[in-house]
Amino acid sequence: MEAISKLRDVCDYAIANIKVVDPENERIFPGCVGVEGGKIAFVEEGLPEFGDKTVYDGGGLHLSPGFVDIHVHLREPGYEHKETIHTGTVAAASGGFTSVACMPNTSPAIDNKSVVDFILRKAKLSGFAKVYPVAAATVGREGERLTEIGRLVSAGAVAVSDDGAPVSTAQMVRRVLEYASRFDIPLIEHCEDPSTSAGGVMNEGFYSTKLGLPSVPAFSEELCLARDLIVLNAVKSKLHVAHVSTRGAVNRIREAKENGLPVTAETAPHYISLEEKDLETYDTNFRVNPPLRSAEDREAIIEGLKDGTLDCIASDHAPHAQEEKQVEFEYAPPGMIGLETTFSVVLTHLVEPRHLALPQALALITYKAAQALGIPGGTLRKGDAADLVLFDPTVTWIVSSDGFYSKSRNSPYIGRKLSGRVLHTILDGTPVVPSEAAL
Amino acid sequence: MTLGRNDLLGLEGMSAEEINLILDTADSFKEISERPVKKVPALRGKTVVNLFFEPSTRTRTSFELAEKRLSADTVNISASTSSVKKGETLRDTAENIQAMKIDLIVMRHSAAGAPHFLAGLLDAAVVNAGDGCHEHPTQGLLDIFTLREKLGDLRGKRIVIVGDVAHSRVARSDVFGLTTLGAEVVLCAPPTMIPRDIERFGVQVETNLKRAIEGADAINVLRIQLERQKVNLFPSSLEYNEVYGITAESLAWATPECLIMHPGPMNRGVEISQEVADSDRAVILDQVTNGVAVRMAVLYLICGVGQKEGLIEEEVQSAPEENREAV
Repeated sequence: MEAISKLRDVCDYAIANIKVVDPENERIFPGCVGVEGGKIAFVEEGLPEFGDKTVYDGGGLHLSPGFVDIHVHLREPGYEHKETIHTGTVAAASGGFTSVACMPNTSPAIDNKSVVDFILRKAKLSGFAKVYPVAAATVGREGERLTEIGRLVSAGAVAVSDDGAPVSTAQMVRRVLEYASRFDIPLIEHCEDPSTSAGGVMNEGFYSTKLGLPSVPAFSEELCLARDLIVLNAVKSKLHVAHVSTRGAVNRIREAKENGLPVTAETAPHYISLEEKDLETYDTNFRVNPPLRSAEDREAIIEGLKDGTLDCIASDHAPHAQEEKQVEFEYAPPGMIGLETTFSVVLTHLVEPRHLALPQALALITYKAAQALGIPGGTLRKGDAADLVLFDPTVTWIVSSDGFYSKSRNSPYIGRKLSGRVLHTILDGTPVVPSEAAL
Repeated sequence: MTLGRNDLLGLEGMSAEEINLILDTADSFKEISERPVKKVPALRGKTVVNLFFEPSTRTRTSFELAEKRLSADTVNISASTSSVKKGETLRDTAENIQAMKIDLIVMRHSAAGAPHFLAGLLDAAVVNAGDGCHEHPTQGLLDIFTLREKLGDLRGKRIVIVGDVAHSRVARSDVFGLTTLGAEVVLCAPPTMIPRDIERFGVQVETNLKRAIEGADAINVLRIQLERQKVNLFPSSLEYNEVYGITAESLAWATPECLIMHPGPMNRGVEISQEVADSDRAVILDQVTNGVAVRMAVLYLICGVGQKEGLIEEEVQSAPEENREAV
């Protein structure tokens, strides 16, 4: 009773009658969470007395740390017809994400301090999610000159990447890794060997033969990764591999980790849930880079998530306007939105088939994702920002094109049934997504 | 028996019954082109648009003649290759054409899947006249029609396709159609021109020309795109001719009865020698003649006018008289 009377003095409000999912400690338990000054005051088991404190009834929902997505394209500045920092962060909040890292392939690229400032200011004005800019590794993402990594980091960039394409040459990878190590930030690599991928729009194999579409071999990803790992072995710095899609890449990362290389890696929800055969209708919403791969690759990715070779899942949320996607398959830009479906895809394709238990699965989109990038978030420790998400894992829903908060609609899951729905997202102690259910 | 589809996008997934229905219909149409008055009223009042995003003489002319011999009203549109470059999307182009109340679009496009995209958007029927490296179903059908005409039942017949299978829509349609009809299909090309996992379609791959054509009942010789040299799929036309060319010398490995086909246009002296192209065993011009009949059958069946049992024979037989009155 003493513990409980302490609790009620230290919070502005509490949420009780919830199942707390604590990914970091791999636990689920019935309990409550107290919030004080926008931070977590306590996370406790059971249902204590709160006296006159405001207590919200969680209605038996699950509560987890807010999700962390370390690979999204917010498209602003330059492509505001696809997404803006505002619409993208509203989509993030709607999908349960309280922190997102945005990629630098904007126009202009995030290759100078003023673009970082702009993004952070816009994100703060919107207030729907924390935004961590990833700066370009080279000026204009052109692979010729290093960006001012020091100035970018002091402005708030958390990593560098030429995402959309790999860093141009082995020598440039070396320079970026060397230089970035001084600031203790990772290089995020989009692994693709351009000489073998040029012109390709889908994975090379039976289905590309069947559909007659220009293809990219799986080894293109592995080739580029091998180059990067060889450089990493010589230059001890941090490398994070983006959107891993092939068995070969999973094997190389596993081996590199066994050899103690400082490498982390993410995959995307579509590589655990979709395959190249989904392209049979030539639906451009399934065009993505790297392309959807084979069933064997998908199995290897899931295996890599289970054994920790792959550290986390990031959506690679890549919005494109409908008119850009409603064209011939090979003319459509690659990319799919994901912020509003990632959580449900993780539940449907990792938890339901019992590949991972719920806390371990949510670890992939909470603290492990944050750790890979060295950003805060994803934990339920006392004093952490009260970034929380309440969800119902039992609800199933059909993804509908008019149900998105994102400005774009290019989801491959439209019409598909997914499990688990985010009902409330709380950022620094404040609910950020309007919902019919009163919190 | 009716064609269980509103569009003809490819031969993949088409049943043997459907293929045979088209071929049998083509059989009865073939004779029309032999008449002094080469016209039947089967598609009178129907409007067909030939929408070609790639240059084509043979296929477009063949479709146009087929349409005219069936009395359809036809319009030809030659558009630039890429809708992106053109500034108007394929969707807008197609919807504009449809707004003019047309019944059928015949489309050639450099992007695989473009006709599938179109078929999903439009009420008008879509016939694929070649999409990228995917399918060219009427070419496949006319190849099969010609083979059936010359060889009879294709079950167990060894049909060899020689050339750049990886980039050939003709090869794919042939493979899908011929395997459905039970033929033994052998693909022969340099390994750089064999697409991944093609064996899974029930075909054999043989990169050695001699072994491929031994015992062949027919060889379909694909056109070599000379620009493929630039991406190193083969080193030179001279070498291609020496290793894969269908010449009098290489044909010594095949039986004297073996038929020679080519979808055209030919690179004489590269994939096929002058001597072979002009020989008696070459059925290349029969393919062209049959192409018109096959396309007439496809248009007729797709336009739905042949949906009632027996109507085909009726119309074809009664046609000459009607026409004489009409002309």
